[in-house]
Amino acid sequence: MSEIFSVTVLVGILASAIRLATPYLYAAIGESFAQTSGVVNLGVEGIMLVGAFAGFYVAQLTGNLWLGLLGAVIAGILMGLLMSFISVTLRAEQGISGIGLYMFGLGLSSLLFKTTIGTVKTIVGFPPVKIPVLGDIPILGEALFNQSVLVYGAFLLVPLAWWLLDKTTLGLKTKAVGQNPAAADSLGVSVLRNRYFNVCLGAALAGVAGASLSLSLVNLFQENLTAGQGFIAVALVYFGGWRPLGILAGALLFSTVNAIQLWVQVLGIGIPADIAVMLPYLLTIAALAVTANRARQPAALNKPFERGEN
Amino acid sequence: MKTRSWLVVLLVIVVLAAGCAPQAAPAAGGAAGKPLRVAVVMPSATTDMAFSQSMFEALKAVQKDLGGEKAMELKYSENMFKVPDAAAALRDYASQGFDIVIGHGSQYGSSIQEIAKDFPKTTFAWGTDVNTFGLPNVYAYTAAAEEGGYVNGVLAGKLSKAKKIGVTGPVEVGDAKTYIDGFVQGVESVDKNIKVSKTWTGSFSDVALMTEAAKTHIASGADTLTGSSQSVVGSIGAAKEKGNVLWFGTQADQASLGPNFVVASQVYDWNGILKQMIENRKKGKLGGEKFVLQLKNSGLKVAYNPGYKLPDDVKKAGDAAIEGIKSGSIKVNP
Repeated sequence: MSEIFSVTVLVGILASAIRLATPYLYAAIGESFAQTSGVVNLGVEGIMLVGAFAGFYVAQLTGNLWLGLLGAVIAGILMGLLMSFISVTLRAEQGISGIGLYMFGLGLSSLLFKTTIGTVKTIVGFPPVKIPVLGDIPILGEALFNQSVLVYGAFLLVPLAWWLLDKTTLGLKTKAVGQNPAAADSLGVSVLRNRYFNVCLGAALAGVAGASLSLSLVNLFQENLTAGQGFIAVALVYFGGWRPLGILAGALLFSTVNAIQLWVQVLGIGIPADIAVMLPYLLTIAALAVTANRARQPAALNKPFERGEN
Repeated sequence: MKTRSWLVVLLVIVVLAAGCAPQAAPAAGGAAGKPLRVAVVMPSATTDMAFSQSMFEALKAVQKDLGGEKAMELKYSENMFKVPDAAAALRDYASQGFDIVIGHGSQYGSSIQEIAKDFPKTTFAWGTDVNTFGLPNVYAYTAAAEEGGYVNGVLAGKLSKAKKIGVTGPVEVGDAKTYIDGFVQGVESVDKNIKVSKTWTGSFSDVALMTEAAKTHIASGADTLTGSSQSVVGSIGAAKEKGNVLWFGTQADQASLGPNFVVASQVYDWNGILKQMIENRKKGKLGGEKFVLQLKNSGLKVAYNPGYKLPDDVKKAGDAAIEGIKSGSIKVNP
């Protein structure tokens, strides 16, 4: 039992947790923008899949990982435009159209994969980049500062998102549109434009989340690669109280426990594998029960806006 | 407002029209009688490098052997992980008059049991399991995955320099479990002091978690890995990234993912079983039998990767294990 506290294991757990949290951070923070502006996008999983495929396909076609990343972003934005058109312009029921988008993304990514690449292949993804000085810190340095650029990007997104939401006019407008779109509209804020922007931003980040898998963390594309991570990301938005820091806490909690349970299994510590696998979910639910965040939910969430109504 | 609604209606009509366009080219109603109609429902993708792909490729091979599309029509539904979806597809195929309907997934049992009763003239097959429910038109098939697992274990035991082997498993059920049990027995038969660690991710499809599981094994010192399910592509990727880590595969030949570090894969070859079912049907037998893929009946094969230089003595040990299992002198407990 004491083996779990050895240096190798602690470094391993921390490094795994950081890597596992990466796609959740991109997708959940992206989704938090959409939700803060009042739109629930349950199609994150589908967008992640399309982004993962687009990134992988472009990267292996051009031999350039950054072009692949760009491809994932563009694919995400296109999916975001589709979602915005359906939920914001056509004012469809957001939950249902989100699920539809998920199925569309799953089918599209699988179809494109089958007709273009056809068989599972690996590529050489973004390599780990050691940050000078910080990377030499014992234990922490190896785990935190020796990861790929996409991993660093996910964590840098947290302060960036905070700044965007709290310190810019755009963030202010977004929050207003999500709390009281009628009032925002009367003050000259284009609710439609703001929601389109935020949904597309969220979708672009979901695309990057998918690419973080196919271009950095697992370095391949397979049908249904994300296996439900997109939905967990949406749950993390709620868990984090629609705040970047809260989402970071949730993503890290979930991923750290996941990393720990893997080591528990490898070291043969007596916890049955079935229980170990449940732990991340159980602890997240427990944490959710303790910290009630419903008060911070955007008041106009999931309510389509029509000028002149209400 | 009105224009927008019409636009949407137009969009929907266009999409429907495209979707309802004639699907596959009509089966060239063979000059030599009607083609045999076979349908299969699979829980994952045909490109999963594992369970579903093995059945799909076998069906395609059988179709080719019989004479192509004219002799055998093949329709498939993939990614049917959810049982209600699969049940609907199975019933659909049966009511469309398919001769043989295959439910390729151990979760489809109860669906097959229900549907087979309603279509007594259709041959149903499902696996991996051994239960034919006492119905005369149901076949059950399974793979003695522990056999190839044992052989892989023998090879792994001999090749692991660090004497530490990692097993990245999905869910502890079915042929994932039996393969790994056989593998551990194989390793133990070589050297009881080799440490084999097992992890289960709880999912057949979570590639990201499987990758981390493999990385965890590697970080704890393992230099040889194995595992089961479509998500092991993640483990193989992790092994590739680290370098000097060997991989042993199952269900399908995974050498293409690691041309110089995949040592061997146990390959499921459903060909024999499928041909048997077709032959039986010609003679009027629609089911009521269970098949087991074994090394003995060539349903299982151990495919050595030609790209990996296997030392002669190790290959001899592997071949001896195969012969031993075939002859019965080595007993592997699933």
